[in-house]
Amino acid sequence: MIELYDYELSSDAYKARLLLALLGVAWTQRYVEYYPRRQHRAPEFLALSPRGELPVIVDDGTIVDDAQNVLVHLASRHDPTGRWYPQNDAGLTSQVSTWLAFAAALTPTASAARLHDGLLYHHIDVDEARRGAHEQLAVLDEHLWFNEDAGWSWLCTVDQPTIADIACFPDVILAEEGGIELRTYPAIRRWTDRVKAIPGFIAMPGIFPA
Amino acid sequence: MEAPIPEAILWDDWHAVAELETVRQWDQITTTLFGRDLTVTDAAPGVRIAYADGSKTLPASIKYGLVWTCLGTPQRDVIDFPESAEPDRYVISTGSFGIRVSGLRLVENFLDIAHFPYVHTGYLGVESSPQVLPYTVRVTDEDEILVTDCRFLQPQSSPVSTGSLDVGYLFHVLRPYTVLLKKTNAVEPDRSDTIVLFVQPVDEERCVGHTLVMSLHAGDPDEACRWFQRLIIGQDRRILENQRPRRLPLDLKSELPVRADLASITYRRWLLDHGVRYGAIAP
Ligand SMILES: N[C@@H](CCC(=O)N[C@@H](CS)C(=O)NCC(=O)O)C(=O)O
Ligand SMILES: [Fe+2]
Repeated sequence: MIELYDYELSSDAYKARLLLALLGVAWTQRYVEYYPRRQHRAPEFLALSPRGELPVIVDDGTIVDDAQNVLVHLASRHDPTGRWYPQNDAGLTSQVSTWLAFAAALTPTASAARLHDGLLYHHIDVDEARRGAHEQLAVLDEHLWFNEDAGWSWLCTVDQPTIADIACFPDVILAEEGGIELRTYPAIRRWTDRVKAIPGFIAMPGIFPA
Repeated sequence: MEAPIPEAILWDDWHAVAELETVRQWDQITTTLFGRDLTVTDAAPGVRIAYADGSKTLPASIKYGLVWTCLGTPQRDVIDFPESAEPDRYVISTGSFGIRVSGLRLVENFLDIAHFPYVHTGYLGVESSPQVLPYTVRVTDEDEILVTDCRFLQPQSSPVSTGSLDVGYLFHVLRPYTVLLKKTNAVEPDRSDTIVLFVQPVDEERCVGHTLVMSLHAGDPDEACRWFQRLIIGQDRRILENQRPRRLPLDLKSELPVRADLASITYRRWLLDHGVRYGAIAP
């Protein structure tokens, strides 16, 4: 049985919820009130995961933290088709890794700007966060544009979405809540529409389903 | 450039500027009211509020788990709700949320029952029954706006509801940035829960919504109530932030046929009559 330490407005926790939904895997929620209570920094939670970040899963006794790592774990263990995390093509596996790292790098930029604006994280330098996000989004938009041009719909050169898409989607689509407009990134917007159209897709507050 | 000073009805009133718990967690936070940066410092049992440049200490008050200040000269007290003293009621500050839109638009959204089936699908409304039945709106002798006789079918009307309920609603605008609703309690249908929205105008196009719930029910109310409010506001945010212009047009003709309903028209006219122009677009 999978337990997910979860908070409904956490973009990282949503990555786990989204992949679990797409895989059709059952799970139970362990609720952690991130805002305003900061329960992710409470001793009980730190005992489970000293990093003090959501999400964490406990899968049959195995504790897995870090949002990207949770996706790797879930896809490795619970996707019999192997398509969400392709591991028998080294080139493809490495592409996935690149975009997982890109997703993690959105935390101090797009995600931080959203926490600043929406959940009043007053200590974040929001101008710097937004500037960094725009640099990353320009890279992403160009990459998606070239991929489309070459006939690929997703982040990796494979004809179906992978955990790379799931990892990058939440902080990108929620960037507008941090004052980062997506209007000037047309390839990103086409890609987010495709992600929303994946069978089994679920939304979270702030994201309109397709 | 110095930010504009709003009308006295806004400037000389108290405004919520932070949750007390957040100030206690961080020792000091910064926030913005009417375009002016403030620091709020923990000074238990109280708090200290000042302009961030240190130029002036401001009046500070704590009520309902929120921290209040006034940049002008307060003409009246922080608002009081008699039901907050009822012994079986939980009074819970359910979170403060920044939204990139004029605070007046946030109040208007709060009054707008017609968006429930589309924006709060599955909770405050269902898409198969979107019609809003006629309701009554009047300006009271106390010069407040009262919306009564609303009914709405809701699949999950509150965190403790266990099924669909025909919910009675009352909306009450008490001050330009203070609005509440009373809705049928899901467990005791002859009593109601109160949800209050206090709007902090950050500037003319940004605000913070501070929510307060005064509700009757069993279980672990704090966490569930805060969860429910965050869910609802998370759904509203996207709609609100996409409204253009970000300020509220007081020209009663501009958006009415599509957007506004009777409660909204009354609110806009009431703002116009009270000379409120901050965060608004005058006709
Ligand atoms: N809409 C306001 C306040 C949130 C809120 O309380 N919204 C109304 C709906 S717009 C609500 O919660 N209603 C709760 C209810 O009807 O039970 C905001 O975004 O801050
Ligand atoms: Fe709403």
